[in-house]
Amino acid sequence: MSDYGIPTLKENIDRETVDQVLALDVDKYKYGFETDIESDMAPKGLDEDTIRFISAKKEEPQWMLDWRLEAFRRWQTMIEPTWARVKYPKIDFQDQHYYAAPKGSSGPKSLDEVDPELLRTYEKLGIPLSEQKILAGVQEDGNGEATPFSGNVAVDAVFDSVSVVTTFRKELAKSGIIFCSISEAVREYPELVQKYLGSVVPVTDNYYATLNSAVFTDGSFVYIPKGVRCPMELSTYFRINERNTGQFERTLIIAEEGSYVSYLEGCTAPMRDENQLHAAVVELVALDDAEIKYSTVQNWYPGDKNGKGGIYNFVTKRGDCRGKNSKISWTQVETGSAITWKYPSCILRGDGSRGEFYSIAISNGHQQVDSGTKMIHLGKNTSSRIISKGIAAGFSDNTYRGQVSCHRKATNARNFTQCDSLLIGDTCGAHTVPYIESRNSSAVFEHEATTSKISDDQMFYCLQRGLSEEEAVALIVNGFVRDVLQHLPMEFMVETQKLIGISLEGSVG
Amino acid sequence: MSTPMLEIKNLHVRVEDQEILKGVNLTLNRGEVHAVMGRNGSGKSTLSYVLAGKDDYEITDGEILFNGEDLLEMEPDERAAAGVFLAFQYPIEIPGVATMTFLKAAMNAQRKSRGEGELSTPEFMKAVKEAASLLEVKQDMLKRPLNVGFSGGEKKRAEILQMALLAPQLCILDETDSGLDIDALKVVSEGVNKLRGPDRTMLVITHYQRLLNHIVPDVVHVFSDGRVVETGGKELALELEAKGYADFDAETAA
Repeated sequence: MSDYGIPTLKENIDRETVDQVLALDVDKYKYGFETDIESDMAPKGLDEDTIRFISAKKEEPQWMLDWRLEAFRRWQTMIEPTWARVKYPKIDFQDQHYYAAPKGSSGPKSLDEVDPELLRTYEKLGIPLSEQKILAGVQEDGNGEATPFSGNVAVDAVFDSVSVVTTFRKELAKSGIIFCSISEAVREYPELVQKYLGSVVPVTDNYYATLNSAVFTDGSFVYIPKGVRCPMELSTYFRINERNTGQFERTLIIAEEGSYVSYLEGCTAPMRDENQLHAAVVELVALDDAEIKYSTVQNWYPGDKNGKGGIYNFVTKRGDCRGKNSKISWTQVETGSAITWKYPSCILRGDGSRGEFYSIAISNGHQQVDSGTKMIHLGKNTSSRIISKGIAAGFSDNTYRGQVSCHRKATNARNFTQCDSLLIGDTCGAHTVPYIESRNSSAVFEHEATTSKISDDQMFYCLQRGLSEEEAVALIVNGFVRDVLQHLPMEFMVETQKLIGISLEGSVG
Repeated sequence: MSTPMLEIKNLHVRVEDQEILKGVNLTLNRGEVHAVMGRNGSGKSTLSYVLAGKDDYEITDGEILFNGEDLLEMEPDERAAAGVFLAFQYPIEIPGVATMTFLKAAMNAQRKSRGEGELSTPEFMKAVKEAASLLEVKQDMLKRPLNVGFSGGEKKRAEILQMALLAPQLCILDETDSGLDIDALKVVSEGVNKLRGPDRTMLVITHYQRLLNHIVPDVVHVFSDGRVVETGGKELALELEAKGYADFDAETAA
């Protein structure tokens, strides 16, 4: 019994529910369209020449190319990990394109230079790139300076391998904030990139992170100077469009002393029969008293109802609370992807630092999710909090895997973990795999886990009040995830509530 | 004479291997309040669940007409939208869903299936405020997750609050008095009484006469062993209270 009082269901199986699930239609993926645009692509395959090709396309300095090549050499000696609770055929890394860019776009530029087809794509995705449009809602303050509403969002749009446009850059630059594509940062701010790139997720961290270090194509770079509170939400929308193309984005966020930034990330892809690989690396660095809030709504294509197609999402996300009293908070909503392998983590290095992880992971159809977090307590008086809500329906498998560890010197480390799983139907699975290690006797780690089902009684009660089955499931699931939803920025909260309904369509009968 | 609101004809219902209802006949006209009394296990709650359309019940014979239409052909949510409301004996907890959120979802779902537009927030708030004051429901309760940690009295008030807002034609009150102290019983009964009207029919299921002191029925039916064994006016409830169910059981046996 959870402290939400969800009653455990009687054990008998509702045949009808199972049949409905069998007839499940996850083909309703809303973002499954394809943009017809001419692309500049690297030939299929992966060798040092591919990496030189990418580096040349990005007009990178020699040090960057050397870094990539070093990573590639290490990667060749590594073995693909198999410890996650996911099953998939072996990936042929030679059968992929590692670079695809809309023709004629070598980097972000002003909006009027962007291919209108691309702008239409983002419009279809519900992402406004036109600053004009957004600025129409901007107020002038006393000094004639434009002050964006809190609802405004600066967007970096990444299409396949390149960032196509970054909005609000000038506005942000006034506060000294750098928000641009990582490719541009490599060229324009080499000292910052060299100082921080790979400092949180080392090149040799793991198989996919090393691969990413060799072939990463684009992503966002954020730098918040000392004492600055970023005046608007920063966000990146990732879109995979091309066939047989992997997306390897790299994001680096640096929050200097006493600064604050809230960053949102959204992902979609067209519906395709083949599986596509997405192996990103995200590194966050928070210095003294800085705070980074990182929110993700991941809605990659999950595959069709038979489990065909869909994105393989193998992602390494890690934040380093490097300074004292710094704070990093991850909030994620995982609904898409055929396979999710993702553990946004916090290294609590600075004394008094705090890490948070709030997660909603929904799996339906044949999706497989193995996700969780790591909270590594190194500094004194560090604290962390993990709230994970897994919802499994259809034939999916949903695993929470989390590590909480306390270093010898980390006196007074505190962690609270709560993992709740909700099962819909009886052909899905939910698993919780916590790893808790403490090397300091003053540490206090708490772990709570519950598993429940949506009960027939709850369903009947809702139906009796006039809700349809789908409305009832969406309502109950939204209630189940409520304490995570509250941590999402407003822009994402409403979207997420709807997304939960869509993701679970047809999951009961 | 106009069509009765609810006609139950020779209803036989089975749960797994056991026959629970063995030929129930009931006719409820528009605007009437009927009480069904019977001891535990006589099939009263089964009747309420069958009317609302819960699974797990097999209808082996008979029919139910709601405003002349076949109720058994309708899904539970269709019945709700058509105006059938069941106040549960044991209201179900919906964790994380604020009572207010649930009320809005239910009202809009019913409006949607009747082809009406969604309520605006001010309209909704006004309706909730009115209904809440009728039942002495505080704002704080509306913010809490539905039925989670509610006292017995709060749960029943929340049920009647939903009934008031959804404005059904047929109200089935299943043991609404259970779990209520005298004061709460009074508040809930008064709330129900205010909802009585010429276009609304109520089926009040109880095994104590005390509820019927507050909600005075037009017709009383005595239920025993899956059948209606006696029908009369409100005085029948008093007779039953005095004599106990045993006499009526004997009649059934005879």
